Amino acid sequence: MDYALTQSHLQKFFSNKIKLTGDNLFKIIAAAVAASAIVILLITGYTLTTGSVPVLQRFGSNFFFGTAWNPVEGREVYGALPYVLGTLVTSGIALLIGVPLSLGIAIFLVEMAPRVLRVPIGYLVELLAAVPSVIYGLWGLFIFRFWILNYVEIPISNTLGWIPIFSGTPFGLDIFSAGTILAIMIIPTVASVSKEVINAVPNSIREGAYSIGATKWEVIRNWVLSYGRSGIFGAVILGLGRAVGETMAVSMLIGNATGPAAMPTSLFKPGQTMASLIANGFLEATGTLQVAAYIGVGLILLLLSLLINVGAHVMVTRVLKVKGGAIE
Amino acid sequence: MNTKYAVVIAIVAIAIIIGSVAAYVYLSQPSASAPSITLNGAGATFPYPLLNSIITKYSTNVKPNVKINYQSIGSGGGISDLKTKTVDFAASDAPLSASDAAGAPNAVHIPQTIGAVTLAYNLPGVSSGLHLTGKVIADIFQGSITMWNDPAIQSLNSNVTLPSKAIVTVHRSDGSGTTFIFTGYLSASSSSWNSSVGQGKSVAWPNAPGGTIGSNGNTGVASTVNGTQCSIGYVELAYALQNGMTVAAIQNPAGNWIQPSLQSTELAVQSGASTGLPSGDASWVNVSLLNAPDANAYPIVSFTYLLVYKELNVVSGMNQNKATALVQFLWYVVHDGQDLAPAQAYAQLPSNVVQIDEATIRSITYNGQQLPTT
Repeated sequence: MDYALTQSHLQKFFSNKIKLTGDNLFKIIAAAVAASAIVILLITGYTLTTGSVPVLQRFGSNFFFGTAWNPVEGREVYGALPYVLGTLVTSGIALLIGVPLSLGIAIFLVEMAPRVLRVPIGYLVELLAAVPSVIYGLWGLFIFRFWILNYVEIPISNTLGWIPIFSGTPFGLDIFSAGTILAIMIIPTVASVSKEVINAVPNSIREGAYSIGATKWEVIRNWVLSYGRSGIFGAVILGLGRAVGETMAVSMLIGNATGPAAMPTSLFKPGQTMASLIANGFLEATGTLQVAAYIGVGLILLLLSLLINVGAHVMVTRVLKVKGGAIE
Repeated sequence: MNTKYAVVIAIVAIAIIIGSVAAYVYLSQPSASAPSITLNGAGATFPYPLLNSIITKYSTNVKPNVKINYQSIGSGGGISDLKTKTVDFAASDAPLSASDAAGAPNAVHIPQTIGAVTLAYNLPGVSSGLHLTGKVIADIFQGSITMWNDPAIQSLNSNVTLPSKAIVTVHRSDGSGTTFIFTGYLSASSSSWNSSVGQGKSVAWPNAPGGTIGSNGNTGVASTVNGTQCSIGYVELAYALQNGMTVAAIQNPAGNWIQPSLQSTELAVQSGASTGLPSGDASWVNVSLLNAPDANAYPIVSFTYLLVYKELNVVSGMNQNKATALVQFLWYVVHDGQDLAPAQAYAQLPSNVVQIDEATIRSITYNGQQLPTT
């Protein structure tokens, strides 16, 4: 097929008259606004790529797979692997804790809550999304981490400390704390989007299910969640997007290890994500190589985010549509 | 109908664009009635509270027609803005390195205020008066001294019962001048630190077996130390004083145990600077106020600097009036501005440093001409 922009394309776009009517002007403005999204992404990608050239030239693939990180002038080594893994692990914890809670909230609000509770609780959940992340970070640093430390980490460490992922002395400033605060931060997003998705499931589906004798649990599990699964999956991806890119709250709670120590080998160990690493170091970075290293980590973060989003789209369109049957 | 709406929207959009451009052009014109001058600076966060109060006082009481913007974007950002000549002055916790100096030729150093680093600790049963030496601190942060009751610490604190607990070290996770000063002190105190870690605004922190935590800013380190038993971290003097933190006394080269204070910091600068500072246009890379010779000087002390070009006509947007205003502002910072320092828990520049600053500020020119300092 020929996708070149031809006269006929333009004519179709401009309702067959290439004239400056109001409607066509509006179309031009709308198209320009839509194009800006692509342009911004391209400019960001270009800037990050050119900015990270020095560090890629110097370290090559070691920048992606190395674990050392030393910004001292004359001893510079940069490897981003621990922070990529740290980002994946903290986001994974956030999803593991946050998604079931969010689905519980959404199901309760749509399927079970009495009318008087539905609206106020729905508003409160959405209000949580409006709390700036630095507030979650401060609350996490001064209050929440001591709860996590005293009621979760120390008991687990005392009983299950022999399991490698629970090893180490917990301080409340570690991968687990960061993942937990991320879980709290993604709940409003995932819960409110899932709520709308479940809300949109036609009542006829529920009625049909009840009429063949299904219990509430069976209706929700087999029909409602199944019908809305691509929408819920989208909600989870939105939450994951927030978790991957979150900076302030993570940096305040994760303990900010660098170098090999930042490899996420135990939940109760300080770690580092890509976003927190950049937030920590970029402002005071001096020297071409050090600045390039942080920009390079930014590039990896951008690529990872794109990968997650593209992967999610592929999953929604390929896997879910075919298997779901009821979808769309 | 739709077309009409579209036209209206388009007209409104165009009107907004033209209006904001016009407003921008109008606002950026200097108004004819009161000629005002704007100076822009950027750089270190550490001197920001003091610099900000100096700027506020200067713009309200001394030169109401001079507006000064200082953006505390970090030393690195300040130096890169200085190199691109987009700011009139920069501030940095560390002197220009050789490579930075090459990118900003003929920039001069003006010591503006003094930073000191304290060691804050949280040790149940030891509420004050812990004694430490530079070597022991380096060994703790390097992970070779791991227990609080290690003989190396116990021998410095014979009258204190130290617990048999592992030491948790806390460091700044953000790049910072405080880390630069602290790691400089550790490098000077321990050859093994110097060879394996070195000095920098952020370094590859070794792991202490008891735990190593990075926290954001003085506030983060202070909060982590307060919330973690058996921990030790370093915070800036002004922050430690204002928040009444428990800090260690450090042994200076004279062998005395010195509590960090404004007074012991000023003594360090007086005696450290008396050994001969370079002129403003020379390299300051080797300037050190660490381990100053005075018997009562606190050992972990350093300058922070204002950086300006010696010949101001290289800066974009510079003119005679702006250059004069800048020089007069710098003069104010190192003289009357210093009176504001104690209230903000900063040490004042001693007179021998002020004299060097005076000579440096007098040497600043615009198109080869000297500028009046008052």
